[in-house]
Amino acid sequence: MNLDLTEEQDMIVGMVRRFVREEILPLELNLDPDADELPTQDRERLIEKTREMGLYGLDIPPEYGGPDIDLVTRTLIAMEMSQHRAGLYAPCYGTFGGAGLAQLFEATDEQKERYLYPTLRGEKRGFFGLSEPSGGSDPARAIQTKAVRDGDDWIINGSKLWISGADRADYGLVFARSDSDKGRNGVTCFIVDTDNPGFHVRRIVHTLRSAHYATELQFEDMRVPASNILGEVNRGFAIANDRLTRQRIPYAAGCIGVAVKAHEMALEYVPQRETFGAPLSTRQSIQWMLVDNEIDIKQSIWITLEAANKANKGEPFRKEAAMAKLVATEAGGRVVDRCMQMFGGLGVAKDLPFERWYREMRIRRIGEGPNEVQRHIIARELLGASLR
Amino acid sequence: MAIRLDKPWQSIDEALTRLRGHLGVYQLADDSGTVIYIGFAGGNSLYGLKGEVRDMTERLSAATQVRWEINTAYQSRFRELLWVHNADFGELPRYNIEFNHRPTRLGRLSPA
Repeated sequence: MNLDLTEEQDMIVGMVRRFVREEILPLELNLDPDADELPTQDRERLIEKTREMGLYGLDIPPEYGGPDIDLVTRTLIAMEMSQHRAGLYAPCYGTFGGAGLAQLFEATDEQKERYLYPTLRGEKRGFFGLSEPSGGSDPARAIQTKAVRDGDDWIINGSKLWISGADRADYGLVFARSDSDKGRNGVTCFIVDTDNPGFHVRRIVHTLRSAHYATELQFEDMRVPASNILGEVNRGFAIANDRLTRQRIPYAAGCIGVAVKAHEMALEYVPQRETFGAPLSTRQSIQWMLVDNEIDIKQSIWITLEAANKANKGEPFRKEAAMAKLVATEAGGRVVDRCMQMFGGLGVAKDLPFERWYREMRIRRIGEGPNEVQRHIIARELLGASLR
Repeated sequence: MAIRLDKPWQSIDEALTRLRGHLGVYQLADDSGTVIYIGFAGGNSLYGLKGEVRDMTERLSAATQVRWEINTAYQSRFRELLWVHNADFGELPRYNIEFNHRPTRLGRLSPA
Protein backbone atom coordinates (compact mmCIF):
# COMPACT_ATOMS: atom_id res chain seq x y z
CA MET A 1 0.00 0.00 0.00
CA ASN A 2 1.32 3.43 -0.93
CA LEU A 3 1.31 5.61 2.20
CA ASP A 4 2.23 8.86 0.44
CA LEU A 5 -0.61 11.35 0.41
CA THR A 6 -1.77 12.52 -2.97
CA GLU A 7 -1.69 16.24 -3.68
CA GLU A 8 -5.45 16.39 -3.19
CA GLN A 9 -5.33 14.47 0.10
CA ASP A 10 -2.55 16.74 1.33
CA MET A 11 -4.60 19.81 0.48
CA ILE A 12 -7.77 18.53 2.15
CA VAL A 13 -5.97 17.38 5.29
CA GLY A 14 -4.24 20.77 5.53
CA MET A 15 -7.55 22.56 5.17
CA VAL A 16 -9.16 20.52 7.97
CA ARG A 17 -6.09 20.98 10.17
CA ARG A 18 -6.30 24.76 9.79
CA PHE A 19 -10.03 24.66 10.49
CA VAL A 20 -9.48 22.80 13.76
CA ARG A 21 -6.65 25.08 14.85
CA GLU A 22 -8.09 28.41 13.75
CA GLU A 23 -11.81 27.86 14.38
CA ILE A 24 -12.39 25.08 16.89
CA LEU A 25 -9.52 25.43 19.37
CA PRO A 26 -10.10 29.16 20.07
CA LEU A 27 -13.83 28.59 20.67
CA GLU A 28 -13.11 25.67 22.92
CA LEU A 29 -11.15 27.89 25.32
CA ASN A 30 -14.44 29.46 26.42
CA LEU A 31 -16.50 26.29 26.67
CA ASP A 32 -17.05 24.05 29.65
CA PRO A 33 -14.28 21.40 29.59
CA ASP A 34 -16.88 18.66 29.16
CA ALA A 35 -19.01 20.48 26.58
CA ASP A 36 -20.13 18.64 23.47
CA GLU A 37 -21.88 21.43 21.60
CA LEU A 38 -21.15 24.92 20.38
CA PRO A 39 -23.39 27.94 20.86
CA THR A 40 -25.90 27.97 17.97
CA GLN A 41 -24.43 31.07 16.30
CA ASP A 42 -20.91 29.64 16.21
CA ARG A 43 -22.16 26.29 15.01
CA GLU A 44 -24.10 27.82 12.13
CA ARG A 45 -21.18 30.03 11.15
CA LEU A 46 -18.80 27.07 11.08
CA ILE A 47 -21.23 24.90 9.12
CA GLU A 48 -21.23 27.63 6.47
CA LYS A 49 -17.44 27.40 6.41
CA THR A 50 -17.36 23.63 5.98
CA ARG A 51 -19.91 24.00 3.17
CA GLU A 52 -17.64 26.56 1.50
CA MET A 53 -14.74 24.13 1.92
CA GLY A 54 -16.82 21.52 0.10
CA LEU A 55 -16.52 19.15 3.02
CA TYR A 56 -19.98 19.30 4.60
CA GLY A 57 -21.68 15.91 4.80
CA LEU A 58 -18.42 14.04 4.32
CA ASP A 59 -19.91 10.59 4.68
CA ILE A 60 -22.88 11.17 2.40
CA PRO A 61 -22.55 9.24 -0.87
CA PRO A 62 -22.13 11.54 -3.90
CA GLU A 63 -25.45 10.38 -5.43
CA TYR A 64 -27.15 11.92 -2.36
CA GLY A 65 -25.24 15.18 -2.58
CA GLY A 66 -22.10 14.27 -0.61
CA PRO A 67 -18.66 15.52 -1.65
CA ASP A 68 -17.45 12.19 -3.13
CA ILE A 69 -14.39 11.67 -0.99
CA ASP A 70 -12.87 8.19 -0.81
CA LEU A 71 -12.68 6.27 2.45
CA VAL A 72 -8.91 6.62 2.88
CA THR A 73 -9.16 10.40 2.62
CA ARG A 74 -12.15 10.41 4.97
CA THR A 75 -10.09 8.43 7.46
CA LEU A 76 -7.28 10.97 7.19
CA ILE A 77 -9.83 13.75 7.75
CA ALA A 78 -11.24 11.94 10.79
CA MET A 79 -7.73 11.83 12.25
CA GLU A 80 -7.58 15.63 11.93
CA MET A 81 -11.11 16.39 13.08
CA SER A 82 -10.62 14.83 16.49
CA GLN A 83 -7.56 16.90 17.43
CA HIS A 84 -9.26 18.99 20.09
CA ARG A 85 -10.69 18.54 23.57
CA ALA A 86 -14.14 17.27 22.54
CA GLY A 87 -12.75 15.56 19.46
CA LEU A 88 -13.22 11.94 20.46
CA TYR A 89 -17.00 11.99 20.71
CA ALA A 90 -17.85 15.36 19.15
CA PRO A 91 -15.30 15.88 16.36
CA CYS A 92 -15.46 19.56 15.34
CA TYR A 93 -18.78 19.66 17.25
CA GLY A 94 -20.61 18.19 14.28
CA THR A 95 -19.89 21.12 11.98
CA PHE A 96 -18.92 18.80 9.14
CA GLY A 97 -22.42 17.31 9.27
CA GLY A 98 -23.14 13.63 9.22
CA ALA A 99 -24.65 11.03 6.98
CA GLY A 100 -27.00 9.92 9.71
CA LEU A 101 -27.53 6.19 9.81
CA ALA A 102 -25.80 4.73 6.78
CA GLN A 103 -28.24 1.80 6.68
CA LEU A 104 -30.95 4.17 5.47
CA PHE A 105 -29.26 4.45 2.10
CA GLU A 106 -30.58 0.92 1.57
CA ALA A 107 -34.11 1.88 2.63
CA THR A 108 -37.21 1.88 0.42
CA ASP A 109 -38.06 5.08 -1.44
CA GLU A 110 -40.85 5.84 1.01
CA GLN A 111 -38.58 5.28 4.00
CA LYS A 112 -35.96 7.52 2.41
CA GLU A 113 -38.53 10.31 2.01
CA ARG A 114 -39.60 10.06 5.64
CA TYR A 115 -36.26 9.48 7.34
CA LEU A 116 -33.15 9.71 5.16
CA TYR A 117 -33.69 12.97 3.29
CA PRO A 118 -34.87 14.96 6.36
CA THR A 119 -31.78 13.63 8.17
CA LEU A 120 -29.44 14.74 5.39
CA ARG A 121 -31.11 18.17 5.47
CA GLY A 122 -30.43 18.34 9.24
CA GLU A 123 -34.14 18.29 10.08
CA LYS A 124 -34.28 14.89 11.77
CA ARG A 125 -31.99 12.82 13.95
CA GLY A 126 -31.80 9.09 14.34
CA PHE A 127 -30.33 6.63 16.83
CA PHE A 128 -29.00 3.09 16.50
CA GLY A 129 -30.66 0.68 18.95
CA LEU A 130 -28.85 -2.64 19.13
CA SER A 131 -27.34 -3.32 22.59
CA GLU A 132 -29.52 -4.60 25.40
CA PRO A 133 -29.14 -5.08 29.16
CA SER A 134 -28.49 -8.75 28.33
CA GLY A 135 -25.25 -7.75 26.57
CA GLY A 136 -23.88 -5.83 23.64
CA SER A 137 -20.88 -7.94 22.64
CA ASP A 138 -22.88 -10.77 21.13
CA PRO A 139 -25.97 -9.02 19.81
CA ALA A 140 -27.11 -11.93 17.65
CA ARG A 141 -27.73 -14.04 20.72
CA ALA A 142 -28.30 -11.30 23.32
CA ILE A 143 -31.25 -9.57 21.66
CA GLN A 144 -34.32 -10.32 23.74
CA THR A 145 -36.52 -7.46 22.56
CA LYS A 146 -39.37 -9.22 20.81
CA ALA A 147 -41.33 -8.29 17.71
CA VAL A 148 -44.59 -10.12 17.08
CA ARG A 149 -46.61 -9.74 13.90
CA ASP A 150 -50.16 -8.42 14.29
CA GLY A 151 -51.89 -7.96 10.92
CA ASP A 152 -50.04 -5.25 9.00
CA ASP A 153 -48.17 -4.16 12.12
CA TRP A 154 -45.57 -5.53 14.46
CA ILE A 155 -45.76 -5.18 18.25
CA ILE A 156 -42.40 -4.61 19.94
CA ASN A 157 -41.68 -5.19 23.64
CA GLY A 158 -38.34 -5.03 25.42
CA SER A 159 -35.51 -2.69 26.28
CA LYS A 160 -32.22 -1.33 24.99
CA LEU A 161 -29.18 -0.04 26.87
CA TRP A 162 -26.17 2.13 25.99
CA ILE A 163 -28.06 3.88 23.22
CA SER A 164 -26.58 7.27 22.28
CA GLY A 165 -28.79 10.16 21.27
CA ALA A 166 -32.17 8.44 21.69
CA ASP A 167 -33.50 11.16 24.00
CA ARG A 168 -33.03 13.79 21.30
CA ALA A 169 -33.80 11.69 18.24
CA ASP A 170 -36.86 11.75 16.01
CA TYR A 171 -36.54 8.12 15.01
CA GLY A 172 -34.25 5.15 15.49
CA LEU A 173 -33.27 1.78 14.12
CA VAL A 174 -34.39 -0.85 16.62
CA PHE A 175 -33.30 -4.46 16.28
CA ALA A 176 -35.75 -7.00 17.65
CA ARG A 177 -36.12 -10.76 17.67
CA SER A 178 -38.81 -11.71 15.20
CA ASP A 179 -38.15 -15.48 15.28
CA SER A 180 -36.91 -16.94 18.54
CA ASP A 181 -35.73 -20.21 16.95
CA LYS A 182 -33.39 -18.79 14.37
CA GLY A 183 -30.56 -17.11 16.29
CA ARG A 184 -28.89 -14.43 14.19
CA ASN A 185 -31.33 -15.21 11.37
CA GLY A 186 -34.27 -14.26 13.55
CA VAL A 187 -33.54 -10.54 14.04
CA THR A 188 -35.40 -7.77 12.19
CA CYS A 189 -34.53 -4.07 11.96
CA PHE A 190 -37.43 -1.62 12.47
CA ILE A 191 -37.48 2.13 11.91
CA VAL A 192 -39.22 3.50 14.98
CA ASP A 193 -40.59 7.01 15.53
CA THR A 194 -39.75 8.33 18.99
CA ASP A 195 -43.18 9.92 19.39
CA ASN A 196 -44.69 6.43 19.26
CA PRO A 197 -46.72 6.03 22.51
CA GLY A 198 -44.94 2.77 23.34
CA PHE A 199 -41.46 4.33 23.10
CA HIS A 200 -39.84 5.44 26.37
CA VAL A 201 -36.43 6.84 27.27
CA ARG A 202 -36.28 5.67 30.86
CA ARG A 203 -33.01 7.21 32.00
CA ILE A 204 -29.68 8.67 31.10
CA VAL A 205 -26.80 6.30 31.80
CA HIS A 206 -24.04 8.32 33.44
CA THR A 207 -20.54 7.20 32.58
CA LEU A 208 -17.00 8.54 32.39
CA ARG A 209 -18.15 10.49 29.34
CA SER A 210 -20.14 13.35 30.80
CA ALA A 211 -21.69 15.17 27.85
CA HIS A 212 -22.14 12.53 25.19
CA TYR A 213 -24.14 10.11 27.30
CA ALA A 214 -26.05 6.92 26.68
CA THR A 215 -29.68 6.14 27.47
CA GLU A 216 -31.85 3.21 28.48
CA LEU A 217 -34.96 2.59 26.38
CA GLN A 218 -38.11 0.61 26.98
CA PHE A 219 -40.69 -0.47 24.44
CA GLU A 220 -44.18 -1.24 25.72
CA ASP A 221 -46.51 -2.71 23.12
CA MET A 222 -44.93 -0.40 20.59
CA ARG A 223 -46.90 -0.81 17.36
CA VAL A 224 -44.81 -0.38 14.21
CA PRO A 225 -46.17 -0.77 10.67
CA ALA A 226 -44.60 -3.50 8.54
CA SER A 227 -43.69 -0.76 6.06
CA ASN A 228 -41.14 0.44 8.65
CA ILE A 229 -39.06 -2.72 8.42
CA LEU A 230 -35.63 -1.87 7.07
CA GLY A 231 -34.53 -4.60 4.69
CA GLU A 232 -36.18 -7.97 5.13
CA VAL A 233 -37.83 -9.75 8.03
CA ASN A 234 -35.26 -11.84 9.95
CA ARG A 235 -32.37 -10.26 8.03
CA GLY A 236 -31.67 -7.42 10.47
CA PHE A 237 -28.49 -8.82 11.90
CA ALA A 238 -26.65 -8.44 8.60
CA ILE A 239 -27.59 -4.74 8.67
CA ALA A 240 -26.26 -4.40 12.22
CA ASN A 241 -23.10 -6.34 11.52
CA ASP A 242 -22.21 -4.35 8.43
CA ARG A 243 -22.53 -1.13 10.42
CA LEU A 244 -20.41 -2.48 13.27
CA THR A 245 -17.57 -3.41 10.91
CA ARG A 246 -17.60 -0.11 8.97
CA GLN A 247 -17.82 1.99 12.11
CA ARG A 248 -14.56 0.57 13.46
CA ILE A 249 -12.42 2.53 11.00
CA PRO A 250 -13.55 6.08 11.90
CA TYR A 251 -13.67 4.94 15.53
CA ALA A 252 -9.96 4.09 15.31
CA ALA A 253 -9.20 7.30 13.41
CA GLY A 254 -10.72 9.43 16.20
CA CYS A 255 -8.45 7.79 18.75
CA ILE A 256 -5.42 8.41 16.55
CA GLY A 257 -6.28 12.10 16.19
CA VAL A 258 -6.45 12.58 19.93
CA ALA A 259 -3.20 10.67 20.41
CA VAL A 260 -1.49 12.85 17.78
CA LYS A 261 -2.65 16.04 19.51
CA ALA A 262 -1.66 14.82 22.98
CA HIS A 263 1.76 13.78 21.68
CA GLU A 264 2.22 17.13 19.93
CA MET A 265 1.40 18.99 23.16
CA ALA A 266 3.94 16.89 25.05
CA LEU A 267 6.62 17.51 22.41
CA GLU A 268 6.10 21.26 22.84
CA TYR A 269 6.03 21.10 26.61
CA VAL A 270 8.98 18.96 27.64
CA PRO A 271 11.76 21.20 26.23
CA GLN A 272 10.26 24.15 28.16
CA ARG A 273 9.56 22.52 31.50
CA GLU A 274 12.63 22.37 33.75
CA THR A 275 13.23 20.08 36.71
CA PHE A 276 16.42 19.94 38.77
CA GLY A 277 18.04 22.49 36.49
CA ALA A 278 17.43 20.87 33.12
CA PRO A 279 14.54 20.57 30.66
CA LEU A 280 12.38 17.47 30.93
CA SER A 281 13.33 16.64 27.35
CA THR A 282 16.88 15.81 28.48
CA ARG A 283 15.61 12.98 30.73
CA GLN A 284 15.79 9.54 29.24
CA SER A 285 12.56 8.46 30.93
CA ILE A 286 10.75 11.27 29.14
CA GLN A 287 12.45 10.58 25.82
CA TRP A 288 11.38 6.95 25.98
CA MET A 289 7.78 7.93 26.63
CA LEU A 290 7.90 10.13 23.55
CA VAL A 291 9.45 7.34 21.49
CA ASP A 292 6.78 4.90 22.63
CA ASN A 293 4.10 7.47 21.73
CA GLU A 294 5.57 7.88 18.28
CA ILE A 295 5.60 4.12 17.67
CA ASP A 296 2.06 3.67 19.02
CA ILE A 297 0.75 6.42 16.78
CA LYS A 298 2.57 5.29 13.64
CA GLN A 299 1.47 1.68 13.90
CA SER A 300 -2.12 2.75 14.55
CA ILE A 301 -2.12 5.03 11.51
CA TRP A 302 -0.75 2.36 9.20
CA ILE A 303 -3.10 -0.39 10.35
CA THR A 304 -6.11 1.93 10.18
CA LEU A 305 -5.23 3.22 6.72
CA GLU A 306 -4.75 -0.33 5.51
CA ALA A 307 -8.27 -1.19 6.70
CA ALA A 308 -9.65 1.94 4.99
CA ASN A 309 -7.77 1.10 1.80
CA LYS A 310 -9.17 -2.44 1.68
CA ALA A 311 -12.70 -1.22 2.35
CA ASN A 312 -12.25 1.44 -0.30
CA LYS A 313 -11.27 -1.16 -2.87
CA GLY A 314 -14.25 -3.33 -2.00
CA GLU A 315 -12.07 -6.09 -0.55
CA PRO A 316 -12.93 -7.97 2.67
CA PHE A 317 -11.78 -5.82 5.58
CA ARG A 318 -13.37 -7.34 8.69
CA LYS A 319 -10.02 -8.48 10.13
CA GLU A 320 -8.27 -5.21 9.29
CA ALA A 321 -11.10 -3.10 10.76
CA ALA A 322 -10.98 -5.14 13.97
CA MET A 323 -7.19 -4.71 14.12
CA ALA A 324 -7.51 -0.96 13.59
CA LYS A 325 -10.08 -0.64 16.36
CA LEU A 326 -8.03 -2.79 18.70
CA VAL A 327 -4.66 -1.19 18.07
CA ALA A 328 -5.79 2.45 17.91
CA THR A 329 -7.95 2.35 21.05
CA GLU A 330 -5.21 0.68 23.10
CA ALA A 331 -2.42 2.85 21.68
CA GLY A 332 -4.52 5.99 22.16
CA GLY A 333 -5.02 5.14 25.82
CA ARG A 334 -1.31 4.58 26.36
CA VAL A 335 -0.33 7.82 24.60
CA VAL A 336 -2.76 9.96 26.58
CA ASP A 337 -1.64 8.27 29.80
CA ARG A 338 2.04 8.97 29.09
CA CYS A 339 1.31 12.58 28.18
CA MET A 340 -0.56 13.09 31.45
CA GLN A 341 2.47 11.74 33.26
CA MET A 342 4.79 14.17 31.47
CA PHE A 343 2.55 17.13 32.32
CA GLY A 344 2.36 16.10 35.98
CA GLY A 345 -0.32 17.92 38.00
CA LEU A 346 -1.38 19.94 34.98
CA GLY A 347 -2.06 16.68 33.16
CA VAL A 348 -4.86 15.72 35.52
CA ALA A 349 -6.38 19.22 35.84
CA LYS A 350 -9.39 20.32 33.81
CA ASP A 351 -7.31 23.24 32.54
CA LEU A 352 -5.90 20.90 29.88
CA PRO A 353 -7.74 18.31 27.77
CA PHE A 354 -5.81 15.23 28.92
CA GLU A 355 -8.16 14.29 31.76
CA ARG A 356 -11.17 14.32 29.39
CA TRP A 357 -9.29 12.33 26.77
CA TYR A 358 -8.16 9.87 29.45
CA ARG A 359 -11.75 9.24 30.59
CA GLU A 360 -13.20 9.07 27.11
CA MET A 361 -10.37 7.02 25.65
CA ARG A 362 -11.00 4.35 28.29
CA ILE A 363 -14.48 3.85 26.92
CA ARG A 364 -13.09 3.23 23.44
CA ARG A 365 -11.68 -0.16 24.44
CA ILE A 366 -15.25 -1.22 25.22
CA GLY A 367 -17.41 0.74 22.75
CA GLU A 368 -18.15 -0.59 19.23
CA GLY A 369 -17.32 -4.10 20.42
CA PRO A 370 -14.88 -4.72 23.29
CA ASN A 371 -11.29 -5.36 22.29
CA GLU A 372 -11.59 -8.97 23.41
CA VAL A 373 -14.28 -9.40 20.77
CA GLN A 374 -12.00 -7.76 18.20
CA ARG A 375 -9.32 -10.33 19.06
CA HIS A 376 -11.93 -13.06 18.63
CA ILE A 377 -12.87 -11.68 15.20
CA ILE A 378 -9.22 -11.57 14.13
CA ALA A 379 -8.61 -15.12 15.40
CA ARG A 380 -11.71 -16.33 13.57
CA GLU A 381 -10.47 -14.79 10.34
CA LEU A 382 -7.05 -16.39 10.84
CA LEU A 383 -8.26 -19.83 11.86
CA GLY A 384 -11.40 -20.06 9.80
CA ALA A 385 -14.82 -21.43 10.51
CA SER A 386 -13.70 -23.82 13.26
CA LEU A 387 -13.99 -20.94 15.74
CA ARG A 388 -17.43 -19.81 14.67
CA MET B 1 -28.63 7.38 42.14
CA ALA B 2 -32.22 8.52 41.92
CA ILE B 3 -33.21 10.19 38.67
CA ARG B 4 -34.82 13.09 40.52
CA LEU B 5 -32.65 15.16 42.82
CA ASP B 6 -33.87 14.09 46.25
CA LYS B 7 -31.47 15.88 48.59
CA PRO B 8 -33.08 18.06 51.30
CA TRP B 9 -33.74 21.71 50.56
CA GLN B 10 -31.63 24.20 52.53
CA SER B 11 -31.87 27.95 52.92
CA ILE B 12 -29.42 29.86 50.77
CA ASP B 13 -27.57 31.29 53.79
CA GLU B 14 -27.22 27.87 55.38
CA ALA B 15 -26.12 26.31 52.11
CA LEU B 16 -23.44 28.90 51.44
CA THR B 17 -21.74 27.95 54.71
CA ARG B 18 -21.77 24.27 53.73
CA LEU B 19 -21.08 24.31 50.01
CA ARG B 20 -17.51 23.83 48.81
CA GLY B 21 -15.72 23.97 45.49
CA HIS B 22 -16.94 20.65 44.10
CA LEU B 23 -18.23 19.92 40.64
CA GLY B 24 -21.92 19.08 40.56
CA VAL B 25 -25.50 20.10 39.90
CA TYR B 26 -28.01 22.15 41.88
CA GLN B 27 -31.61 23.31 41.91
CA LEU B 28 -32.90 26.66 43.15
CA ALA B 29 -36.46 27.01 44.40
CA ASP B 30 -38.68 29.87 45.55
CA ASP B 31 -40.59 30.06 48.85
CA SER B 32 -43.29 27.73 47.57
CA GLY B 33 -40.75 25.03 46.70
CA THR B 34 -41.13 25.49 42.94
CA VAL B 35 -37.89 24.78 41.13
CA ILE B 36 -37.03 27.96 39.23
CA TYR B 37 -33.53 27.11 38.00
CA ILE B 38 -31.31 24.09 37.46
CA GLY B 39 -27.59 24.68 37.10
CA PHE B 40 -24.23 23.01 37.30
CA ALA B 41 -20.74 23.76 38.51
CA GLY B 42 -18.36 22.63 35.80
CA GLY B 43 -14.66 22.67 35.16
CA ASN B 44 -14.64 26.42 34.50
CA SER B 45 -16.66 27.34 37.60
CA LEU B 46 -14.70 29.50 39.97
CA TYR B 47 -15.13 27.98 43.46
CA GLY B 48 -17.31 25.17 42.08
CA LEU B 49 -20.80 24.70 43.52
CA LYS B 50 -20.24 27.34 46.18
CA GLY B 51 -19.38 29.98 43.60
CA GLU B 52 -22.14 29.01 41.18
CA VAL B 53 -24.88 28.99 43.84
CA ARG B 54 -23.66 32.28 45.31
CA ASP B 55 -23.52 34.00 41.89
CA MET B 56 -26.86 32.68 40.72
CA THR B 57 -28.73 33.53 43.92
CA GLU B 58 -27.38 37.09 43.65
CA ARG B 59 -29.03 37.25 40.21
CA LEU B 60 -32.25 35.55 41.29
CA SER B 61 -33.85 37.24 44.26
CA ALA B 62 -36.78 34.78 44.10
CA ALA B 63 -34.45 31.91 44.98
CA THR B 64 -34.70 31.12 48.69
CA GLN B 65 -33.81 27.42 48.80
CA VAL B 66 -31.19 25.23 47.22
CA ARG B 67 -30.30 21.56 47.03
CA TRP B 68 -27.32 20.06 45.30
CA GLU B 69 -25.48 16.92 44.36
CA ILE B 70 -21.72 16.55 43.98
CA ASN B 71 -21.19 14.89 40.63
CA THR B 72 -18.28 14.79 38.19
CA ALA B 73 -20.65 13.77 35.36
CA TYR B 74 -22.28 17.17 35.74
CA GLN B 75 -23.11 17.64 32.05
CA SER B 76 -25.18 14.48 31.70
CA ARG B 77 -26.73 14.92 35.16
CA PHE B 78 -27.66 18.54 34.34
CA ARG B 79 -29.43 17.40 31.18
CA GLU B 80 -31.15 14.55 32.99
CA LEU B 81 -32.54 16.94 35.60
CA LEU B 82 -33.78 19.29 32.87
CA TRP B 83 -35.42 16.46 30.92
CA VAL B 84 -37.07 15.07 34.09
CA HIS B 85 -38.35 18.51 35.05
CA ASN B 86 -39.79 18.85 31.57
CA ALA B 87 -41.43 15.41 31.87
CA ASP B 88 -42.92 16.26 35.26
CA PHE B 89 -44.09 19.83 34.59
CA GLY B 90 -44.30 20.12 30.81
CA GLU B 91 -41.66 22.85 30.62
CA LEU B 92 -38.18 23.74 31.78
CA PRO B 93 -37.65 25.82 34.94
CA ARG B 94 -38.52 29.48 34.44
CA TYR B 95 -35.01 30.90 34.57
CA ASN B 96 -33.42 28.20 32.44
CA ILE B 97 -35.79 29.44 29.73
CA GLU B 98 -35.27 33.13 30.50
CA PHE B 99 -31.46 32.92 30.59
CA ASN B 100 -31.37 30.32 27.80
CA HIS B 101 -29.32 28.08 30.10
CA ARG B 102 -30.22 24.87 28.34
CA PRO B 103 -28.76 22.62 25.65
CA THR B 104 -29.67 23.58 22.10
CA ARG B 105 -31.90 20.57 21.58
CA LEU B 106 -34.29 19.44 24.27
CA GLY B 107 -34.30 15.74 25.10
CA ARG B 108 -37.19 13.69 26.35
CA LEU B 109 -37.36 11.28 29.26
CA SER B 110 -40.29 9.30 30.56
CA PRO B 111 -39.04 7.96 33.89
CA ALA B 112 -40.84 4.83 35.06
